[in-house]
Amino acid sequence: MACHASLNLHDRVTSRQCSARTVAPVMTAPMSPVISLDGAGKVYGNNRALEAVSATIHPGQFVAIIGRSGAGKTTLLRCLARATSPTRGSIRFGDVDLTGLHGRALRLHRRRVGMIYQQFNLVKRLRVIDNVLVGRLGHVHGWRRWAVLARRFSAVDRDIALRCLHQMGLLDRAWQRADTLSGGEQQRVAIARILAQQPRVILADEPVASLDVLNGRRIMDSLRRVATAANLTVVATLHHVDYARTYADRILGLRAGRLVFNGTPADLDAARLVEIFGELPEPLDGREAGALAGLA
Amino acid sequence: MSVLSGALLGVDAGPAPAAPPRDSHFGRNFMTTLALALVFGTAARVIELRPLELVRDAGNIGVFLRGYLHPSFAHLGEYAWQCVVTVCIALWGTLLAVLISVPLGLLGARNLAPHRAVYFAARRAMDVLRAVNEFVFALMFVTAVGLGPFAGMLALGIHTGGVLGKLLSETIESIDPGQVEGVAAVGAGRLHVIAFGVVPQVLPNFLSYILLRFESDIRSASVIGMVGGGGIGFYLWDTIRAFNDREAATVILLIVLMVMAVDVVSSRIRRLAI
Repeated sequence: MACHASLNLHDRVTSRQCSARTVAPVMTAPMSPVISLDGAGKVYGNNRALEAVSATIHPGQFVAIIGRSGAGKTTLLRCLARATSPTRGSIRFGDVDLTGLHGRALRLHRRRVGMIYQQFNLVKRLRVIDNVLVGRLGHVHGWRRWAVLARRFSAVDRDIALRCLHQMGLLDRAWQRADTLSGGEQQRVAIARILAQQPRVILADEPVASLDVLNGRRIMDSLRRVATAANLTVVATLHHVDYARTYADRILGLRAGRLVFNGTPADLDAARLVEIFGELPEPLDGREAGALAGLA
Repeated sequence: MSVLSGALLGVDAGPAPAAPPRDSHFGRNFMTTLALALVFGTAARVIELRPLELVRDAGNIGVFLRGYLHPSFAHLGEYAWQCVVTVCIALWGTLLAVLISVPLGLLGARNLAPHRAVYFAARRAMDVLRAVNEFVFALMFVTAVGLGPFAGMLALGIHTGGVLGKLLSETIESIDPGQVEGVAAVGAGRLHVIAFGVVPQVLPNFLSYILLRFESDIRSASVIGMVGGGGIGFYLWDTIRAFNDREAATVILLIVLMVMAVDVVSSRIRRLAI
C-alpha cells in the first residue's frame, strides 16, 4: 500500500512523520483503510468538480474536508456516499469498489454509511421517533419489510430507537412532529437516526453551517463522542477552519477540485491556509471563537 | 405634497430627475385587442349568439317559471332514494379513482419513475383517462355491463382516476427531495423510501384533492343517469323531456340540496385533514 505509484498523500504524510523519528517507514495505523480514493475525479459537463484525488482514511479517524465554496468538498462527500459516481479513478470502501455498485449492493453500502446534512433532511411531518426508526429500515428482513410499511417495527427496533433518542437527550420529544423542533434539536435527531442505522462511517455535509455556534459546538461534540464510543470514522465538510482545527484528527484541503493539503491540524499553518483558500480565512467572531477555544 | 417637497430625509434635494425612457406598448396592445375581438366575434357567429331572442321570448320563460315555482312532492320519496344512489355512485367512483390514481401517480412522477419509458407510459395513460369525458365512458360501460349505477360508478372512477393521478404525480414532483434523500441514505428499499419519505409529504394535499374530486363527482353523478349511468340523473332527464315542470323542479331542488350538503361536509373534513 505504501509503495503505490499513485500520489498517495496520506502515505506521504506518514512517511514524513516516520522519517522525523528516523525509523523505517512503517504504517502508523496497523488497520487497513476504511476508505481509499485512488485518482478519483468527477466531471459535470464542462465543469471539473474533482480532479484526481488520492487519499486513504483509516478507521476511527475524524477527517475534516475544508475549502472554499465550489472547491469540490460536497462532490467528494457525495462520491463517498455513492450519491454520485466518480467519472474517473476509483473509490474503495473497505474492500468494495464503489464505482460499480448498484441495486442491493448499493443499498448495503448506504446502510454502512450514515449521512448528516446541512438542512438535517428529517421527514418533517413524521414524529421524531419515526424519524429515528427510519434508521432501522436498512436492517429489516422478511415479512417485517412489509409490516414496517405500516410503521409496525419490531420491539427490538423500537428499543434501539428509544435508546438512540435518549443518547441524544431528546427522549421527551419522541412523539412530537420533527418540524416542531429547533435546528439544533433536528440535527441531534438526525444523529440519533444514524446511531439507529449502525453505520461504519459517518459522512457529514456541512453539519453545523445552518446552526449558531453554540448549537454547532454541541453537534460537533456529539458527533465526536458517538464516533469515539463506537470507533466510527467521520468525514465532515466544514466551512470554518476553526471547527476543523478543534475537532478533526486529519484535515483534507481542497482547492478548485484538487487535494492541496492532507495532514494534521498542527500542520495547517498560515501558508497552507493561503494555499487552500487563496487568502487567510476570517476567524469566527470573538465570542464564537472564544466558545470554540474553550473546547480545545 | 408640501410635506414631501420640504424634506425627504437622506435623499438629495433639488429637481426630481426625469424618468428613464421606456418602450411604447401601444402597437402590441392594439394588435392584442384587435385579435381578441376577431376571435370572439367569429365564435359568436358560430354559436349563433342572439341575445335579442332572450328578451323576445321572455313570455315563454314565464310559463316555465310558473311550473318550476310550484314543485310537486308526489314522488319525493323515490327522488330522495335516487339521491342516495347518486351519493353512493360518487363514493365508490372516488374510491375506484384513488385505487387507479395511486400506482399511475407514483409511476408518472418524474422523480420516482424507475425508467423514463415507464414515466412516459403512465403520463399518457392518465392523459387518455382525463381526455375522455365521464359521459363517454358511461355510454361505453352501459353497453358492457348494462344500464344502472354500476356503469355510472365505473365511468366516474376511471375518468377521475386520471385526474387524481395527474394531481398526485405533480404533488410528488414538487416535494422536498432532501427529505427523500435522507430516507434513501440509510439503505432503505424503494417501497420504504416511498412510505417514509414521500407519503408523509404528499398525504395532506392528496386527501384534499380526493375530497375536492368527490364533490365534483357528486355533481357528475347527479347527471350521469341521463346516459343510463343510474342515480337521480335519469329522473332529471325524464321529467324535463316530458315537460313535467313541477316534477323537474323537485328533482333540481333535491340535487341542489344534495350538492350543498356534500360540499359543506366535505370542506369540513378537508380543513381537518390539513
